[in-house]
Amino acid sequence: MPHYFNEEIECASREKLRELQSWRLRETVARCYTNVPFYRKKLDEMGLSIGDIQSVDDLSKLPFTVKQDFRDTYPFGLFAVPRDQLVRVHASSGTTGKQTVVGYTQRDIDDWAEDAARALVAAGATKSDFVHVAYGYGLFTGGLGLHYGVERLGATAIPCSSGNTKRQIDIIQDFGSNILCCTPSYALFIAETLREKGIDPASLPLRAGIFGAEPWTEEMRKEIEEQLCIKAYDIYGLSEIMGPGVSFECCEQTGMHINEDKFIPEIINPETGEVLPDGEQGELVFTCIAKEALPLLRYRTRDIASLSRQPCSCGRTLIKMSKPCGRTDDMLIIRGVNVFPSQIESVLLELNLATPNYHLVVDRIDNLDTLEVQVELGAEMFSDTVRSLEYIEKKIKSALLSTLGLAATVKLVEPKTISRSEGKAKRVTDNRKL
Amino acid sequence: MIIKQISVFVENKLGRLAQITDIIGKAGIDIRALSIADTSDFGILRVIVDRPDDAIKALKEAGMTVSLTDVIAVGIPDQPGAFSKAVQVMSDAEISIEYMYAFISRTDREAFVILRTEDIDGSVRVLEEKGIKLLHAEDVYHM
Repeated sequence: MPHYFNEEIECASREKLRELQSWRLRETVARCYTNVPFYRKKLDEMGLSIGDIQSVDDLSKLPFTVKQDFRDTYPFGLFAVPRDQLVRVHASSGTTGKQTVVGYTQRDIDDWAEDAARALVAAGATKSDFVHVAYGYGLFTGGLGLHYGVERLGATAIPCSSGNTKRQIDIIQDFGSNILCCTPSYALFIAETLREKGIDPASLPLRAGIFGAEPWTEEMRKEIEEQLCIKAYDIYGLSEIMGPGVSFECCEQTGMHINEDKFIPEIINPETGEVLPDGEQGELVFTCIAKEALPLLRYRTRDIASLSRQPCSCGRTLIKMSKPCGRTDDMLIIRGVNVFPSQIESVLLELNLATPNYHLVVDRIDNLDTLEVQVELGAEMFSDTVRSLEYIEKKIKSALLSTLGLAATVKLVEPKTISRSEGKAKRVTDNRKL
Repeated sequence: MIIKQISVFVENKLGRLAQITDIIGKAGIDIRALSIADTSDFGILRVIVDRPDDAIKALKEAGMTVSLTDVIAVGIPDQPGAFSKAVQVMSDAEISIEYMYAFISRTDREAFVILRTEDIDGSVRVLEEKGIKLLHAEDVYHM
């Protein structure tokens, strides 16, 4: 039995959606031009005037926005409203340099709550459910994003945030959590902890889970569903566009419906910028057409995915995107944290470890991502005591922890043992089967 | 009194130690004493050889991470309590011992202990003051 949060939009005819998108796009471009000097300059340089954008057909005339634009205008340069209209800011981890700051007006927060509520309903949540939110709360959008969605739906939010797994399990048992929201790897970690405690997952009130913030596969879905005795749904989002809920899976579990009344998706060839037809894989691009505080034009996500307009048996007409199957840059997502190899390099450089040769080994062990940083030991770093080498390891480890917020193992290796390659160094071995 | 010890960084990999000792052997260098300190990831091979400078050169050429460390060698009569006496001297002088390893000479009824302390010069001084036998570098190298 299909169930929607906003049937009028979620099941609207394509014509109606198109009309809404075109109208909102015109309005957004006008607002960008008027309120964001960055966009005014860009559009002027391209010789585009507001009137040139009449419908979604004109979308490809617009310039792209990239992550670097956030940095160049750090912190608030892309905002389209004065500061007193902001009711909240979030920020990405800042793993490639400056953190990316995003802002929301009250209406943006309301819209976002609805996006998340749609995702919850699509995963089978109802008003009478207890929704266990084990995404991190804070500047990261995961926790609060789902939290407001739960409240918007009228269900009951349990704001657990992440960590302290044993307590989370007590809460699931004692409070009767029906829907679990967290990263897929954390879901598996919870399952493992249940096993250790000898708790039968079938005895838990959990029915479904909404998992996102890191890439995961169909195999992982199967694992989660089996180990927790629930249905596992994917949710997609990025703070620049909104947060979790930009798109979400329905009962079909074959791709995520994009909240097209707010975000127009495109797939482009990442090399040429050319728009690709439905079904083809390329870089996912979003234009935010309903956002007041941060209305981005053609934001390049760097996620590789494809789009499908095939009718969905759930009844939703919203276009579907595939699970992202990679990135156009070298970003790694480790335990939900975005990590760039270059960032580890700069941590090593800051520690004065000469020009460091390093290699990253990423794996998933017992369902948790692990990161090993292998660093070549320079002659000047070497001494004859174990203690001093362990001190170096510890220093690197704590610098990585404070910069990335990620616990990594550090392994010192002999000079020249990390393979050199011609051209682009291969800095990463990712052993995770995704 | 100061003896040059060679320290080599050894990754915990099969055959690594064989490779290193092979380099030393092929350079015609004799090992006098050795010890290895290890952790789960790596080890540090410490060796006293007859020609430290040549050994360093050979190892460096082979791409090894090496360093030279000053250590001292104490001669201990082969009888109960003798070693304890030497250690007590260091303790009384409040000099910490970083590490040590022992070897037995072919000739005398004497054991030798290589000592690495935080204060090598101070160690030499107090040990000599208390009449503990210290070996000359040349004696160790050409033992």
